[in-house]
Amino acid sequence: MLLIDVIVTILLGAGMFFMFIGAIGLLRFPDFYTRLHATGKCDTLGEGLIIAGLIIYHLFHYPGIPLVAVKLLILFIFIFIANPTATHTIVKAAYNKGLKPWRLGEGRR
Amino acid sequence: MISMFLVIGLLIVVTILLCLYRAVVGPGVFNRVAAVNVIGTKTVVLLVIMGYCFERPLFFDISLLYAMLNFIGTLVFAKYLERGELCF
Repeated sequence: MLLIDVIVTILLGAGMFFMFIGAIGLLRFPDFYTRLHATGKCDTLGEGLIIAGLIIYHLFHYPGIPLVAVKLLILFIFIFIANPTATHTIVKAAYNKGLKPWRLGEGRR
Repeated sequence: MISMFLVIGLLIVVTILLCLYRAVVGPGVFNRVAAVNVIGTKTVVLLVIMGYCFERPLFFDISLLYAMLNFIGTLVFAKYLERGELCF
């Protein structure tokens, strides 16, 4: 039981680390495309790690109701498909709209 | 373990506030839409964590619905900003 709690804590901490990295990247990068480069990957990985840790926690602490674990698994798969798709769609819309990518030496935009 | 979930929930709220800065002052509409999308996907995880804090499995259904609505909303916003109209 204790080993499972340690594994869940490590997974939650790793997911939280990646989500913080994504938020800092969204704040600090100089351009729209670089900001989405940070958040589009780090958020997907961080949320996936957190939900994976919660699935393990649920399977070992509430083994009588596996339906909730199935719901969390559906959420995991949906986030892994939907989040990069949404990021790709926003970037494609911005590029077709004519937003220029940032180059070295320009100011923050 | 409940206190662990509380700490994780508070840290998610801090990251949501960091993203809210970009959603408020971000130059241009695309930065704002991207920040709102990121806030929505963080809110999904926050709802799941809250379901474990309060021991209510009802929150997972709400988080599933919120994930789908956030995804559809971002797609519609991107399509509208790209074409200027919503006629497909």
